[in-house]
Amino acid sequence: MNWRHIHVVFRKELTDALRDKRTIIATIVVPALMFPVLTIGMGGMAMKSISNLRKEAQTKGSEVMLLGAEHAPKLATVLSNAPGLKIVPSANDLVARINAKTLRAAVEFPPDFEQQLTKASTNAPKVRIYHYFGEMRSQMAVQTVEAILRQQRDQMVGERLAAKGLSRDVLTPFASEQQNVAEPKKVGGNLLGGVIPYMIILLCLVGAMHPAIDLTAGEKERGTIETILASPVSRSDLVLGKFLLVLTVSLVSATVSISSLALTFVLPIEAVKAMGRVGPNALPFALSGGAVAAVLVLMLPLAIMFSSALLALGLFARTAKEAQSYLSPLMMLVILPAMAALLPGVELNARLALVPILNVSLTAKELLTGHYQWGLLTMVFLSSCVYAALALTAAVWTFKRESVLFRT
Amino acid sequence: MIEAVQLAKVFPDRKKGPVRAVDGVSFRCEPGEIYGLLGANGAGKTTTLRMLATILQPTGGTATVAGHDVVKEPEQVRSRVGFLSTATALYARLTARETVEYFGRLNGLNEALLRQRVDKLVALLEITEFAGRRCDKLSTGMKQRVSIARTMVHDPPVMIFDEPTLGLDVMAARVIVKFIRECRDQGKTVIFSSHVMSEVEKLCDRIGIIHGGKLLVEGTLAELRERTGQPDLEEVFVHIVEAHP
Repeated sequence: MNWRHIHVVFRKELTDALRDKRTIIATIVVPALMFPVLTIGMGGMAMKSISNLRKEAQTKGSEVMLLGAEHAPKLATVLSNAPGLKIVPSANDLVARINAKTLRAAVEFPPDFEQQLTKASTNAPKVRIYHYFGEMRSQMAVQTVEAILRQQRDQMVGERLAAKGLSRDVLTPFASEQQNVAEPKKVGGNLLGGVIPYMIILLCLVGAMHPAIDLTAGEKERGTIETILASPVSRSDLVLGKFLLVLTVSLVSATVSISSLALTFVLPIEAVKAMGRVGPNALPFALSGGAVAAVLVLMLPLAIMFSSALLALGLFARTAKEAQSYLSPLMMLVILPAMAALLPGVELNARLALVPILNVSLTAKELLTGHYQWGLLTMVFLSSCVYAALALTAAVWTFKRESVLFRT
Repeated sequence: MIEAVQLAKVFPDRKKGPVRAVDGVSFRCEPGEIYGLLGANGAGKTTTLRMLATILQPTGGTATVAGHDVVKEPEQVRSRVGFLSTATALYARLTARETVEYFGRLNGLNEALLRQRVDKLVALLEITEFAGRRCDKLSTGMKQRVSIARTMVHDPPVMIFDEPTLGLDVMAARVIVKFIRECRDQGKTVIFSSHVMSEVEKLCDRIGIIHGGKLLVEGTLAELRERTGQPDLEEVFVHIVEAHP
């Protein structure tokens, strides 16, 4: 092994990669913008459209039809005077009009509503509300109607109790409340312990894809492979230099994505906490720095494995296009074990500690929830290192195969 | 010096069975001499030259290039060889100067010597004007000159040219032909493959005719003409190849 050669190759590939707009976009720009754009963009748009709808409903009022208003004159009057509702004359085509979205809801009172009320029987009269399930404006109308009905019902209950000389307290003989006693980091770990490792694993792979293909199949396609093979650099030094570049890009890309993820989700939560808008336990989220560091250390052999495997795969392909067609099956191969760790009941044991990708995913989850066994941890790390070494060896071996280099 | 002894290359092929691309080729090429390997497409020229440049490993026989065995010391061989073919493209995103520097570094030149060599080649090959331009922005002729500088940066004693003028226009091809002559004049060992008769006729001191992976005859142009009784190289070539179906 000639370190000078490896370094020269690495430096050249780095210069090359930094000048490649596609590499920069795929490994830095997209991961940096993905999370903020998705959450802030989508969230913002959703919030805005909902608030617009609310405003519209308040100013214009939702069209609601009352059926059998004469059976419940008091309630009907309250509904008619309620702000946010616009009562339209009753008609028989209510279903068609609700479906056509020209009517938001209809409220139907049964004929014997008042009589049933005064009897206070066990068979309480039912007010029926017709609506369009899942349609935003219809749901808003229903909410307004329900709120008014609830208020009226409460008032009647109060009056009935008072008539019998009872206080409202009679309705609540005892109360209950929940209190979370798990350490914040465990809760955070449980919520995020599965998702974060999964994301990092996937992002490491995605980040390595573009450069790995460009440096192998891309070289074949552009005809530079013969140029470099004719230089004195040995094939193993060549692949190691290329490998270091792919690994670097993969790690940079993953770091960018994770930072972007943290800035998008964690910082706003922390800011809200700091402003004291919510109690310290309201958002039980905390991650220990040590656990995060340990997770990153575990990811390193995985990133090595991905970079090597992608290089070998890229070199096997004749063109970049062919290499890309191998990526979808490879993604599935990585996503399945990484996701298996998210399933409830799948926990780390000696056997699973030897399953590549799944072992790291599971260990990361345990680390982030704060309970782990050193024995299994060591086993996972060592087995991952073995897989990484095997993948790197395979990449070097591929580079020495004439039948692969000059595949026709 | 180049010496090939019973050099052979068999490619496995799942459909056709083993393909003998090069079948026991032996020849010598001395310093200050241009040896021309003449053959049709698929005759085994490229495979032979790739084995000499240690890009491919022979499956039989051996060869020594500049005193080193191509199988046992491939890296030593490569550091003494300049290899140029139309298949050896340049890195699109490196500048002309960076390209030459890259190959200089891979050839073990230290930074001081590297700068000296690169400056000299850039001036000599008239690259100065576009030395800072990326290779993908260069014309074919400019790329040719950068490729030459790339093969020359470590001043190798042996030069291997595999159909270097293939697909080039007359002017670009002339640059290459002139460069090959200069290599000989500097006392380098030069081997050159082509299927263009006129080029081989003009350039080569000795000619080997390769067909079906076998070297059928070799000698100077005069010797070949005499042996076959044919007036020019094209007739010589056809005469010899037709005698070996």
